[in-house]
Amino acid sequence: MITVSINGAARQFPQPISIATLIEELSLTGKRIAMERNGEIVPRSTFTEQQLADGDQLEVVVAVGGG
Amino acid sequence: MNDNLIIAGKSYSSRLLVGTGKYKDFAETRAALDASGTEIVTVAIRRTNLGQNADEPNLLDAVPPSKFTYLPNTAGCYSADDAVRTLRLARELLDGHSLVKLEVLGDPQSLYPNVVETIAAAKTLVAEGFQVMVYTSDDPIIAKQLEDIGCVAIMPLASLIGSGMGILNPWNLQLIMERVQVPVIVDAGVGTASDAAIAMELGCAGVLMNTAIAGAQNPVQMASAMKKATEAGREAYLAGRMPKKLYSASPSSPTAGVISSVRG
Repeated sequence: MITVSINGAARQFPQPISIATLIEELSLTGKRIAMERNGEIVPRSTFTEQQLADGDQLEVVVAVGGG
Repeated sequence: MNDNLIIAGKSYSSRLLVGTGKYKDFAETRAALDASGTEIVTVAIRRTNLGQNADEPNLLDAVPPSKFTYLPNTAGCYSADDAVRTLRLARELLDGHSLVKLEVLGDPQSLYPNVVETIAAAKTLVAEGFQVMVYTSDDPIIAKQLEDIGCVAIMPLASLIGSGMGILNPWNLQLIMERVQVPVIVDAGVGTASDAAIAMELGCAGVLMNTAIAGAQNPVQMASAMKKATEAGREAYLAGRMPKKLYSASPSSPTAGVISSVRG
């Protein structure tokens, strides 16, 4: 069991998964998003190879209307 | 006449930059942007909603980055660190796009910029290859420092964000323009069309606004008004206004040949 924080909310997964799998689980496949893991940008090209680890802090962002 | 706005080597025919926040819906956002004639639009970077509204409309569909130059901003950030992180995410989100708007606020009531954090963030971002258009106070010394750091446009407030108070200190804007070589763009405080015209008549390179359009009773009509005001102010600046004087002994009509009952 691992616990990761996604946009400030804790989530648990039975075993370590890749970021690509996480994105599927979050129904974000194909969406224009960017991700930060523990303060570092996660390039989209590395989504399949990066494995989540217990205690990871993730930020998932989109572009929204703003001044 | 070619009178384009040049930012970081790229040329824009519109000198009006428009924010995409606070509209009723994306259709109104897009209609207002089209009416304004803008080419550069600011967008915010925010946490995505997780697990709900998977098919909710997306800003990128309504305002395609292929048609508008996106200016991701750091509005809502209160530290250099958060601003830098936000723009790194924006660059990843927008496929390496490096033109950004840096804005670090100092207090949530006034939304006045925190120039100490702004300068720290600007240094980091410029070092990382970002082209930084920077929102700041109307302090000419800070403006010059931000230019020296390498910012590609200096964007002083005319009055506080969302206040619609107009151009409160034209003298400071003038001091900034005298000291800074990169474009000076009034960002924040414009309330109505005459404010935009005044900013442009002062010699500003452009005007950036959001609430003045989105907060109008008819945003699309106000966007059109802002387009005209920005253009009119720019033309008046280029034309060079007549000097102001308390009175003039030189009427517009000829003084000779006036019919008169007074015999001379």
